[in-house]
Amino acid sequence: MKKHTLVALMQDRPGVLTRAVSLFRRRGFNIESLTVGHSETPGVSRMTLVVESEAVEQVVKQLYRLVEVLKVSDVTDDPAVEREMALVKVHCTNTNRSEIVTLTQLFDAKIVDVASTSIIVEMTGSPNKVQNFVDVIRPFGIKEMMRTGRVAMVRGARTHQGSDYVGVEENGHVAAPTWN
Amino acid sequence: MSDKMTGAHIMCEALVREGVEVIFGIPGGAIMPFYYAMYEYRDKFRHILCRHEQGAGHAAEGYARTTGRIGVCVATSGPGATNLVTPIADAWMDSTPLVAITGQVSSLVVGKDAFQETDITGITMPITKHNYLVKRIEDIPYAIKEAFFLANTGRPGPVLVDITKDAQQARAVPNWNIKLALPGYKPTTQGNRKQIRAAVELLTAAQKPLIMAGNGVIMAGATEELRAFAERTGIPVITTLHGLGAFPEDHPLSIGMPGMHGWVHVNRAIQECDVLFNIGGRFDDRVTGKASTFAPNARVIHVDIDPSEIGKNVRTEVPIVGDAKVVLQALIEEMPTRVATEWMQHIRQLQATHQPKQQYLNRPDTNQLLPHDVYAALNRTLNERGNYRVITDVGQHQMWAAQLIDWSRPRTHITSGGSGTMGFSVPAALGAAIAYPDETIWVICGDGGFQMTNQELATIVQEGITNIKIAIINNGYLGMVRQWQELFEDRRYSHTLLSGPDFARLAQAYGVCGLTVETIDGVEAAIEAAYNHNGTVVIDFRVEREVNVFPMVPQGKSIGDMIEQQPTEEANPTA
Repeated sequence: MKKHTLVALMQDRPGVLTRAVSLFRRRGFNIESLTVGHSETPGVSRMTLVVESEAVEQVVKQLYRLVEVLKVSDVTDDPAVEREMALVKVHCTNTNRSEIVTLTQLFDAKIVDVASTSIIVEMTGSPNKVQNFVDVIRPFGIKEMMRTGRVAMVRGARTHQGSDYVGVEENGHVAAPTWN
Repeated sequence: MSDKMTGAHIMCEALVREGVEVIFGIPGGAIMPFYYAMYEYRDKFRHILCRHEQGAGHAAEGYARTTGRIGVCVATSGPGATNLVTPIADAWMDSTPLVAITGQVSSLVVGKDAFQETDITGITMPITKHNYLVKRIEDIPYAIKEAFFLANTGRPGPVLVDITKDAQQARAVPNWNIKLALPGYKPTTQGNRKQIRAAVELLTAAQKPLIMAGNGVIMAGATEELRAFAERTGIPVITTLHGLGAFPEDHPLSIGMPGMHGWVHVNRAIQECDVLFNIGGRFDDRVTGKASTFAPNARVIHVDIDPSEIGKNVRTEVPIVGDAKVVLQALIEEMPTRVATEWMQHIRQLQATHQPKQQYLNRPDTNQLLPHDVYAALNRTLNERGNYRVITDVGQHQMWAAQLIDWSRPRTHITSGGSGTMGFSVPAALGAAIAYPDETIWVICGDGGFQMTNQELATIVQEGITNIKIAIINNGYLGMVRQWQELFEDRRYSHTLLSGPDFARLAQAYGVCGLTVETIDGVEAAIEAAYNHNGTVVIDFRVEREVNVFPMVPQGKSIGDMIEQQPTEEANPTA
């Protein structure tokens, strides 16, 4: 089954993430990765999700049924920057520490913590590259790992902006009215 | 309007502003402030005190389905709210506009397992169009306005507003100058012109086209347009369970109901047709049977206001997102007139050789009361007297009603279709009776479903409702399950044998008229007596117990493979 990368913009209202996640579960969509955070527009959250499905159109349509969802784009076939970050706590000894450092440098990763028996590496890159790094480092003994899931943005002038959908004064919160 | 009001008064005021005329509910701890305020609003809108919150929810549905307006139900937190879950799910599946208002425990204790606390917004998330947990008085006018807006625009559906007790008790000056901020909610009503032209092209070139009309036609108020379109094009019209009444069944172009208990000729026509034009139906599995074998020769045009329904179950060549009325108007303009007599003749031939109603009409020679004796008499009476709504429950009696009554007007056949909620009919009739006090509201239900919600008879009596007539098709079984057990599980009647009280005496205990009919001779007289009695009547039709609904598509089979009649040596349904 083909993997699709979707970018969704949604009003930042209470429960919107739960709604989206609950939707995927009950419709039986297989979500590989889901990342959500603030967008450039106040009141608008941006979600990147990777879904493995033949029926990605249904995923998109079902997302649109949530009233908070402003825009969903399938960027799978667009030229896009896709990034993921991993924090990896690797087991190390005096003898193999330099080897880990070398590998880290080869992957343009950063060492963010060093202790006598462990190193934390911050690895950012394309999901493939992150996976490669994890595979290479695994034989040393991964004690802990946290991957963020991927975020995506289409290259070039084309944008997915929250402000295309939300007026400046309409910040999307239920508490819109003013009180006398 | 510069005085401070309590949140509860603001809730009442908001309902008045939405034009609400009746709400159905039961008070309880967390919703008490609302009920306190409601006392001052008793001239503005009516409150119907139900006996169970499920009854309140279904009553609101019955009101909504017969009128097209939004049904409103109210309950307290915890068990009150969870009792609303079934009707909310029912409304969700059948796209019924419903606003459910629930009290919630004080915001100070939300999340602390307070007395009668339930996370009802969490529970109803998958079965509502949207829901709100309102913890601040400031948010009440906005939440209620948005809820009403969402419930009956686009594809209608249920919306729940859960309001904490402290928000109901707080005092503030309400601001009614509300601007809805729903930038992501833009239902498409105008069909895409290009797709409409594509549909016209397909339909014009078709040799064997079919129109399938669903609930969307009724909800859009598009029955006149459907008729005009069908007459202009000469295309035969199928009406789904929820489409019954969208097109008069005595019209020469009407061919009947499709699906699991639809007619053989209709399902055959679907399997043979070259273009299938579905307007306002969602290709439910009870219509399609095994979806991969459904309408194998058809190029499908699907009109639906909800884009997510298009292509969900059946591959679609021409998707048209829009309101059924608007799209039909556009199609009538674009479509050249045509006649498809040969195709229609072919379908009528199929109908003649698979005479669907024949097995019911060719009554076996028995003194026992058969279910279809009741339907024959009811159908005659309804046609003669007019001015009726029929509310059915779920099961065999429901399918017989769909098959054997000649449906002709929209919003006269109300049933729980998508959810299949037994116990729907009696409370839904209560809602319908309040909406249409001058009409006769017939309930047709089974003895199983009746026993699930008959407590609402007390509500009916308390409210002085006199226009509900209840026909119980009493076979002493959970009949549809028994039918499956008989046909597919070798008569292993596991837990379907069902006893019940003497329904006539139960009715009398509630203070309504109760009648028992055990022979065919008593049927007409009982129906006549029901009309003559100025009050609610319950008729216990004790029918032959093991009659099955035919034709039938076994679950998971193609709609082309119907069981047309009792398959064993005994063609006699009384055996």
